[in-house]
Amino acid sequence: MTLLRWFGRKTFSHGVHPQAHKEDTADKPIRRLPFAPRMVVPLAQHLGKPSRPIVKVGEEVGRGQLIAEADGFMSVPQHAPATGVVEAITLMPSAQGPRVPAIVIRVYEASNQEVLWRTPRDMDALTPEQIVQAVQDTGLVGLGGAAFPSHVKLKVPAGAVIDTLIVNGCECEPYLTTDHRVMVEQGPDLIRGTQYAMRVVGAKRAIIGVEDNKPDAIAAIRQHLPADGSISVEAVETKYPQGAEKMLITSLLGREVPSGGLPAQIGVVVNNVGTLTALGRLLPRGEGLIERVITVAGPGVKKPGNYLVPIGTPLRFLLNYVGFSGSEQEVILGGPMMGNAVSSLDVPVTKGSSGVLVLSSSEIQAETRRIHPCIKCGKCVAACPMHLNPTQLGLLAAKREYEVMAERFHLKDCIECGCCSFVCPSSIPLVQYFRIAKSILRERAA
Amino acid sequence: MNKPQQPHIELRTSPHIKAAPTVEQIMRNVVYALLPIAAFAVWQFGISALALILVVTASCLATEYVFSRSAGRGNTLSDWSAAITGLLLALTLPPGFPLWMGAVAGFIAIALGKTLFGGLGYNVFNPALVGRAFVQAAFPVAITTWTPAGLPGRFVEFIPATLALPFMTPPVVSEWSKQQVDSFSGATPLAQWKFEGVITNTSDLFTGMVAGSAGETSALLILLCGIYLAARRMMDWRIPTAVLLGAFVTALVFYLLNDQHYPTPLFVLFSGGLMLGALFMASDMVASPVTPWGVWIYGLFIGVLTVIIRYFGGLSEGVMYAILLGNALSPLIEHITQPRIYGARKSGVKS
Repeated sequence: MTLLRWFGRKTFSHGVHPQAHKEDTADKPIRRLPFAPRMVVPLAQHLGKPSRPIVKVGEEVGRGQLIAEADGFMSVPQHAPATGVVEAITLMPSAQGPRVPAIVIRVYEASNQEVLWRTPRDMDALTPEQIVQAVQDTGLVGLGGAAFPSHVKLKVPAGAVIDTLIVNGCECEPYLTTDHRVMVEQGPDLIRGTQYAMRVVGAKRAIIGVEDNKPDAIAAIRQHLPADGSISVEAVETKYPQGAEKMLITSLLGREVPSGGLPAQIGVVVNNVGTLTALGRLLPRGEGLIERVITVAGPGVKKPGNYLVPIGTPLRFLLNYVGFSGSEQEVILGGPMMGNAVSSLDVPVTKGSSGVLVLSSSEIQAETRRIHPCIKCGKCVAACPMHLNPTQLGLLAAKREYEVMAERFHLKDCIECGCCSFVCPSSIPLVQYFRIAKSILRERAA
Repeated sequence: MNKPQQPHIELRTSPHIKAAPTVEQIMRNVVYALLPIAAFAVWQFGISALALILVVTASCLATEYVFSRSAGRGNTLSDWSAAITGLLLALTLPPGFPLWMGAVAGFIAIALGKTLFGGLGYNVFNPALVGRAFVQAAFPVAITTWTPAGLPGRFVEFIPATLALPFMTPPVVSEWSKQQVDSFSGATPLAQWKFEGVITNTSDLFTGMVAGSAGETSALLILLCGIYLAARRMMDWRIPTAVLLGAFVTALVFYLLNDQHYPTPLFVLFSGGLMLGALFMASDMVASPVTPWGVWIYGLFIGVLTVIIRYFGGLSEGVMYAILLGNALSPLIEHITQPRIYGARKSGVKS
């Protein structure tokens, strides 16, 4: 284990230290974005099966109304982000590239956009199973970026005993400050959501792990902690990818998730702070997830900040509102380490979007480097938080020996954090090689 | 419908930001770190050393240019790696080494040691050492002909052998050296110890006012330049540390067994090419392992082997062959030292 742990600092070994770039937005309170004239709600903005639309073209929908239902357990419903009329149910551009089915809503400009669709619950009366169902009904997914359905994560596999709920407030991606602002501003909701989640998974304690570059967030949460001591806040080292589930578990508890296994096997469930804050707010009110906090930042943005954005807002509307300059730029949904560059500004904000980042041409040029052959410097080996050997994996990928990568060099344990590509002096797109190799192996297996 | 003008959108894969340094920056800084050592060599040995450094480096660059162009890899001079090979190679040669032989060494280093394998990143051995090993075999006399350091006329007069014509036997330098410095034995401190039983003062070795290869004489200067590189994270500090540790411990064991016959461990560290080899050649990224344990095993192996060759081999110097052997073994070392991955199951069964 890394040297720092011997001195009591909560951290994991390896990882990288990218420049944080959070100063532009860390102090900016969350502000509401106006409603776009047209919203695009994709039916698959979560991992799992796409939702099934239950509205028809031409039908009027009210803000918060259920417009698509979950298709089985590995799925979530969708709610109308604004009052308007369903204009189309058709293929629309997505951040991942391919066009995906989506419900397009033309928003009534005159509407006051009040949420009329809610069914308040008495939370104390619910059993864990009923809470899991209630979570699914909100349409909540992991807001940290993975977009994994939250109710699935809270459903503890049979036989597993959970002793600790870890609440992930690391936000290790550069530029992003959404979780930071949520922790500073929405402490009571976060604590309430954490308590619901503890009840569901049966954990006696919860630890909120926050990177130590956010002392104000740690202080803000401490004010709201319950007196019984069941929930605590711990500072962890500021290092990427501290917010990766496995890394945070190791940092806080010193346990390792078995290769190919789940955190539940070692008695842990991890949830993002944004997710649990939304849970704490939405569950008692019985509302669906129709908006989220997003950091809009980057050198290409004129008014960087943290915005409360209706889900389905097209990036073009969002970026026009915050003002973006220049003609040649890269627009990234998510953080700079793991986010996707979008091919069209018609791509909407989805439940898993934690940030929108605009890099202008000068940054793109600075980052566009000549690719050299691997010089075997070993920087990627020293950076990989999963302790893989990206040097070997990269050489094998170039030779298309995907099976060897998986069988002898643990390709499937790669968490695609991008540390290897980040440090590579030869600018070899290692993590991209590994993503391709994984998807090819998946196709061959299918 | 009147669509607003679509701004140009860049599409790249994540991560969208990258850390310094690049290959060019690393290689350029290695050159920077070698320049003070080269300058010291010129100050010690005069215009002969300067001419040798220029000719060997030019030979390496020209060879790299021609071969990488003809192999369709474009102009690879801009990655600075050929310049490193040239400088390093020149610094391992005797200062009075005939220039034409230096040019041959440079050509062999790049042609045989590097481009034959596929250029930067693919070489199995450190190219500079391949070049040196070649001339060691081809010109055994010239490469063991040493001249004294700090001669008064060194900035106006070439060492006679320097300007020898190609394929001609270079003039015998020992007489010339005797004229310059009466007591000069014509041997390096290592050879003096090995063949004559004379131990040079360690502080002279440290500062470098002794005979030897152009850039190997001042252990202190080499150490400082290496520390610069390691501090900028452009060299893996573990490799030189392991090499020096391996050499020190081995020498200490022999010294404790028989302090009449064997020199002190400090003499071993500061004499010959060990310092330059440990800091600038064993640490060559391309030909060394990448795994955490592999790095230490590789370094210790080179350190131990260097001392063993020096003590029991026919030559007085063992660094070059130790590193070449270490290079050859590095894929094997890497193979047996694959890191334990996060979350690996303890049973030892490979998943």
